[in-house]
Amino acid sequence: MDNNNLQNLTVSATPHIRSNISTQGIMRDVLIALAPAAVMGVVLFGLQAALIIVISVCSSVFFEAIYQKLAKKPSTIGDLSAAVTGLLLAMNLPATVPFWVPIVGSFVAVIIAKQLFGGIGFNFVNPALAGRAFLMASYPNQMMNYPQTTYGVKGIATTIDAIASATPLQQLKQTTEALIPTSQDYINALVGNVGGVLGETCAVALILGGLYLLARKVISWHIPVCYIGTVFVLTFVFNMLGGTYRVPVYELLCGGLMLGAFFMATDYTTSPMTDKGKIIFAIGCGLLTTIIRLYGGYPEGVSYSILIMNLTVPLIDRFVKQRKFGYVKPVKKKEEAK
Amino acid sequence: MNLHSFKRGVHPPDGKAYSNSQPIKVVMPPEGAELVFPLSQHIGAPAAALVKKGDEVLVGQKIAEAGGFVSSPIFASVSGTVKAVEPRLTIGGGKVNSIVIVNDGKYSEIEGLGKQTDYKSLSKEQIIEKVKEAGIVGLGGAGFPTHVKLNPPPDNKIDSIIINAAECEPYLTTDHRLLLEKTDRIIKGLEIIMSLHPGSKGYVAIEENKPDAIEAVTKAAASNSNIEVIVLKCKYPQGSEKHLIYAVTKREVPSGALPAAVGCIVDNVNTVLAIERAVVKGRPLMHCVVTVSGDAVKNPGNYQVRLGTDLGWLLDEIGGFSEEPGKLIAGGPMMGTALFDTHVPFQKTTSGILAFTKKTAEIPPASACIRCGKCVDVCPMGLQPVEIVGDLNKKDYAAFIKHNGLDCIECGSCSYTCPAKRHLAQTLRVGKREAIAFSRKK
Repeated sequence: MDNNNLQNLTVSATPHIRSNISTQGIMRDVLIALAPAAVMGVVLFGLQAALIIVISVCSSVFFEAIYQKLAKKPSTIGDLSAAVTGLLLAMNLPATVPFWVPIVGSFVAVIIAKQLFGGIGFNFVNPALAGRAFLMASYPNQMMNYPQTTYGVKGIATTIDAIASATPLQQLKQTTEALIPTSQDYINALVGNVGGVLGETCAVALILGGLYLLARKVISWHIPVCYIGTVFVLTFVFNMLGGTYRVPVYELLCGGLMLGAFFMATDYTTSPMTDKGKIIFAIGCGLLTTIIRLYGGYPEGVSYSILIMNLTVPLIDRFVKQRKFGYVKPVKKKEEAK
Repeated sequence: MNLHSFKRGVHPPDGKAYSNSQPIKVVMPPEGAELVFPLSQHIGAPAAALVKKGDEVLVGQKIAEAGGFVSSPIFASVSGTVKAVEPRLTIGGGKVNSIVIVNDGKYSEIEGLGKQTDYKSLSKEQIIEKVKEAGIVGLGGAGFPTHVKLNPPPDNKIDSIIINAAECEPYLTTDHRLLLEKTDRIIKGLEIIMSLHPGSKGYVAIEENKPDAIEAVTKAAASNSNIEVIVLKCKYPQGSEKHLIYAVTKREVPSGALPAAVGCIVDNVNTVLAIERAVVKGRPLMHCVVTVSGDAVKNPGNYQVRLGTDLGWLLDEIGGFSEEPGKLIAGGPMMGTALFDTHVPFQKTTSGILAFTKKTAEIPPASACIRCGKCVDVCPMGLQPVEIVGDLNKKDYAAFIKHNGLDCIECGSCSYTCPAKRHLAQTLRVGKREAIAFSRKK
């Protein structure tokens, strides 16, 4: 080809090549990683769970699309972030909620927590958790009604039936005795055969999804490891201080910790950007979760601790920086005077 | 094997298979061709022309002399007649005052060219003078005059001489080919530089993706116990001077300082070869070695080209394009310059010409930052690109400087990795200059 009349040459600043990582690709990976736990939710709680998931995802995407249409903004539903929000919200709902609950939750998550603050990248708290917090405060009866699994199990098997509706954490909260879980309880917690919201109970599926995200480098180890580690260590320490007795390992498998540590606390926009910042953030989440669980009014504290720590992220990002290459300590003025 | 490297960085696909098995071919410009020698093809003051329109010149004749201490002379690469001294379009995109010579095709050499010398009989000053009078500048891309680099201030004790053979830019393979084809001469060049700094150690730092070059250099350097081959992890920007020094010696060049501050001199493979050629063979810098590659080039390969040759002519000469290119780049894809016209001359620092198809050249549209922090994870300087770009978007230059924005080396790792495809490096490139202007005004 003659190079004397080359046309259509792009002239742009460096770099001229880009990686194949994209926002859409990252969100797709999150959806894939959540799939095992979502499937387990349907297996454990029945087809109702599947309906909740579908309604929640569809209404999240719908609200994002309609808002952007009304606001005359370019549509971003293609980046799949609204679908992720919808799925995460569904996984935080009991399978028995009426069908309007995920729709209201999606509205709060997508419109109020995300779009009103500027859309993707600008939300100051995790949208799915904001939606859940709104629902918990507004419709506690529907939201706290945790069903049995289809295999008829709710909480810790060793306890008597006197404790009516219960997740393991509720049972532990309501009793003053030290409940020691049996090996059957551990198995139940691992496969998810306990009461709870539809996406949080199966620890194995969540860990599998978390490992997928780590392997795909969508998340780094800092937040999940430090968050889970802090809960483990603090539960142990608080046991030593007395007044409570909880089994640290069982504590990790219960409630929303795995879902929170791998999928909620790692949300890019609402977690710090530096590795050091992530560690501080995750330790804060772990501290708050343990305190709420052991001493607070609620049996579970994962979502509130993440929401509270979300608010500290701008502060952490402002003060915690990575070490600059070739950093020289500024010479103090006194030494200069000498 | 223990691989040396630095923290963070990115792993772009290397694209070297196009040309790394192609031996370097010598290409001579034809009779009657115009050769263009820009007077500014190095960092520092432009050279001053010594010839005028109508003058006859010979191969190896000095046609422009250094315009200051940090500057470098220019030599005719062909014999012929000076047609003009006028502004001509260069790779940088602007017009630069240039000497234009019409090639007579005879290649008659000036007297005394190619006089062999034993460097051991020369003093330190004589060697540096020879390097200076050969017009050698950093051929890795920066174009910093080499004689200035070889002669750092006396309070900097130099103990490490590093040959930069990382070649971390994708597609480029000239350093690789030179290491294979001119192994002994490169080692000799290194020994010449080491002789300037008695007691210093020599290092040849090569990325692990060139195992044949590592083997060849290890063999050639076996007789000199002061020379060590360093195998580097394959990572971009491994060939950045500061990061190479860190990989080899674990020393960090302080912010704003030069490599000599930590006792190091770093020279590119081709520069070291040019030093050997100048000191031992008495020949000045008259050609460059370039990789012509990319998925729109018909015959990718490595070529030794006379300085001043028209870039478009070479592309035609070697077979042209396989399809219409969407982008032409002088240099590598990470830091090279995009061209809008092929009729520009090869200059000292040119190391490659890449032609990408429209599909490869396409840059996806930017979307909103999702604050993932991936740019922070890859920045080799340990900066927070998202933060300093935010400062620039707000035109807050004081905050930009406070957040060490001026330490950015413009390697492009942040833009490369950004999932939202934001133009981080581009903003930084412009913003750094604006910030410097801002701090001068203050």
